[in-house]
Amino acid sequence: MTAAFPFSAIVGQEQMKLAMILTAIEPRLGGVLVFGDRGTGKSTAVRSLAALLPPITAIKGCPVNAATAADCPDWAGITTTDTIERPTPVIDLPLGVTEDRVTGALDIERALTQGEKAFQPGLLARANRGYLYIDEVNLLEDHIVDLLLDVAQSGENVVEREGLSIRHPARFVLVGSGNPEEGELRPQLLDRFGLSVEVTSPTDIDERIEVIRRRDAFDMTPDAFLAAWQDKDAAIRDRILSARATLDSTEAGDAILRDCAKLCVALGADGLRGELTLLRAARALAAYEGADTVSRDHLRAVAPLALSHRLRRDPLDEAGSGARVARCVADVLG
Amino acid sequence: MTDAPAPASAWSRGLRALALLAVDPTGLRGLTLRARCGPVRQVFEEAITRLPMTQRRIHPEISDTQLFGGPDIAATLAEGRLVLDPGLAETPALLILPMAERAAPGLAARLGQILDAARGHGLILLDEGIDSDEQAPSGLRDRLAFDVDLDDIRWPEAIARLPAPGDIDAARARLAHVTASSDDLTTLTALAARFGIDSLRAPSLALRAARAIAALNGHDALSADDLREAAELVYPTRATMLPQDEDDEAPPEPPAPEDTSDQPTDASDTDGAMDIPDELLIEAVRALLPPSLLDRIAEGRSTRGGASGAGAGARRKGNRRGRPLPARPGHPDGRSRIDVVATLRAAAPWQAVRRRQRPDAPQKVIIHPSDIHLRRFEDRSDRLLVFTVDASGSAALARLAEAKGAVELLLVQAYARRDQVALVAFRGTGAEVLLPPTRSLVQAKRRLAAMPGGGGTPLAAGLVAAALLAEQSRGRGLSPALALLTDGRANVALDGRGDRAQATQDAEMIARQLFAQGFPGVVIDTATRPGDAPAALAARMGARYLALPRADAARISTAVSTALDG
Repeated sequence: MTAAFPFSAIVGQEQMKLAMILTAIEPRLGGVLVFGDRGTGKSTAVRSLAALLPPITAIKGCPVNAATAADCPDWAGITTTDTIERPTPVIDLPLGVTEDRVTGALDIERALTQGEKAFQPGLLARANRGYLYIDEVNLLEDHIVDLLLDVAQSGENVVEREGLSIRHPARFVLVGSGNPEEGELRPQLLDRFGLSVEVTSPTDIDERIEVIRRRDAFDMTPDAFLAAWQDKDAAIRDRILSARATLDSTEAGDAILRDCAKLCVALGADGLRGELTLLRAARALAAYEGADTVSRDHLRAVAPLALSHRLRRDPLDEAGSGARVARCVADVLG
Repeated sequence: MTDAPAPASAWSRGLRALALLAVDPTGLRGLTLRARCGPVRQVFEEAITRLPMTQRRIHPEISDTQLFGGPDIAATLAEGRLVLDPGLAETPALLILPMAERAAPGLAARLGQILDAARGHGLILLDEGIDSDEQAPSGLRDRLAFDVDLDDIRWPEAIARLPAPGDIDAARARLAHVTASSDDLTTLTALAARFGIDSLRAPSLALRAARAIAALNGHDALSADDLREAAELVYPTRATMLPQDEDDEAPPEPPAPEDTSDQPTDASDTDGAMDIPDELLIEAVRALLPPSLLDRIAEGRSTRGGASGAGAGARRKGNRRGRPLPARPGHPDGRSRIDVVATLRAAAPWQAVRRRQRPDAPQKVIIHPSDIHLRRFEDRSDRLLVFTVDASGSAALARLAEAKGAVELLLVQAYARRDQVALVAFRGTGAEVLLPPTRSLVQAKRRLAAMPGGGGTPLAAGLVAAALLAEQSRGRGLSPALALLTDGRANVALDGRGDRAQATQDAEMIARQLFAQGFPGVVIDTATRPGDAPAALAARMGARYLALPRADAARISTAVSTALDG
């Protein structure tokens, strides 16, 4: 695998970059959904996210990246307590993947050749404590979606089949991208994503030229290009790390909570997940900007990200949901 | 600068694209070849095999194991230890995919991943689609630099001349040293914007193509001719609009549904002379725009996007979910699941014999590849509702608007109900598919934004178009159902003449054929006074009949759902 395009070198697409940074600061936000046309750099952004994430400490050889020996599942047969530092996993979930590959299954090779009953961990095990990236998420097949919803909810993957009874932790952040022209996303899955972004091709000709220029430089001389942007990427990573450290001490006053609730009520967003995500996103943004308390400006900045996919859809409304959120934010927050 | 030379023919551009692909497979990714089977395509395919690159032919049903690697079952069983087979993704090669128009979205996504990993893979899509609704997956076509259409090439023209392998090697060596100036980059990007090409992959690919052309021509910098040739090769099939003239004060906004931005105005508002691509370049690309694009622009519809209708929905799957069926012997391909119990049961009777043949085999159970049984399930396929709407006469606009509303309402519930929706409208002398089968509300909204109405009632033509669409989608694994909205007063016959008697006769004939094909359906009578004609038509089609004189979107969508579910 060749190196990913540097995150800081992505031209424009500020909303998308902000959403990625927020999810890196606060994994509990619940991931990011990027919807947009072809060739807008959706996958590029997601793949460059990996470089921004701080490494995790995991037990050596553990298939689920457990932090302590006690968390290692029994079936893995790990005896060591040595830990190693490894990059935060960002696992690709390809379209048309089989259930077996996702959840893990009976190790057929070992079953057939040695007559042993062994478990072969799947993608969910590898994604534990990391990120699960689904490109073209709206084309994912229904039964895989069912499975993901269930695991994302419980944080645990349970395999009961072929005489196996296996469970292991599977806590991951979902990152999805897709082209809305190719199909809709199931509302239940949509709701699992904390933030959503709609990206479009830049319309400014200079911006487009800059995109091509950087892409070309990256393709022709990748090493020099990566070296040139290394520092900027490192700066963002440092800010993310310090934001993680101050996240818990960043305060959100009652007035802000009230604003969150008012916004969600005014928009008619279903459930309480909207308020919670809005608050967490605003807090992550405040921490990223080095503020001690969450302000209305933070709310205003993250409201479209956190709420635009939670609205009851009105098929006969011509304006997009982004416009509705913006209108409502202007009404409520003044 | 002199006048632009006459554009090269499609055939020589195709060969040029092949040569460039050989020079820079990683950067240019590949080409889409649209041609039916025949001598011309054969010559072109022979030219492909002569390219100095490793080539692997794949097929639309290729398994994950073959693509990404996995256990080699036969060898594993024979040797008693795990033998892995490296997949195609590991070794750089030029992948050739025939019948690309039938490639499933899953395969397209995987091939896209392989291309994006930039390990040196190239991809050639052989697209044998007959009409414009059958196309290779657009996500893949967007990634490939070239698009070659050989359908109009005559046999005598088809002579395969490629650069000598030595020249290609020399060009490869030179490629890294070809420099592109900032102006070159600006020219290509601005040119793409003027033709309404939204994806930023296009200018990127054009730049790579220009580099490869310069390398092949033995230059170290891009010349104007290199840029022109690159633009001619990459842009024409991607264009969604014609460039506006600079001094045109109020450019008529092209109603291309995909073009949501106000790019044309952007491009012409920029005063800087460097942003305005050379008029010669524009002319060169304009000369090569496919005629169908011009027609569609004239009709106010976009050229790309139809291809994405290739089936977002799940197909009827034999081995993953649904009601279980008895296991069958088969080869594990990474997509199906092995039925362990059935496999062991198949192997059990032979154990004594096999042990005698191979007394030293390490396994406890000796299993041969032929023992392996796969699980099978029966699943229900997605339903496709083909709305066939009478867009003739005075009531047309209202009726179309309500049908559009009904389509959108149905799409909102489409995910849960596993439905797809298509819309066919007939008026004047013919019928057209306004919305190819889709589950996407976004696509529906964009394509239904402008719907023409008025004229005669070519009922038979509408039914023919609907039947064709239904038949095609049945081939893709959908279960089509028809919903016909009309007042039943056919007055234009199949041959386009305004002959009421003939028109009715034609419509009845097609209705009988629809009955024979066995599509379920519902006929909604939208006339203010329900008449006999639609009821008779429904009887011939074997469809339900509903009279809804003042139907609105919500009532139509409910009526159709209930009628077809019941």
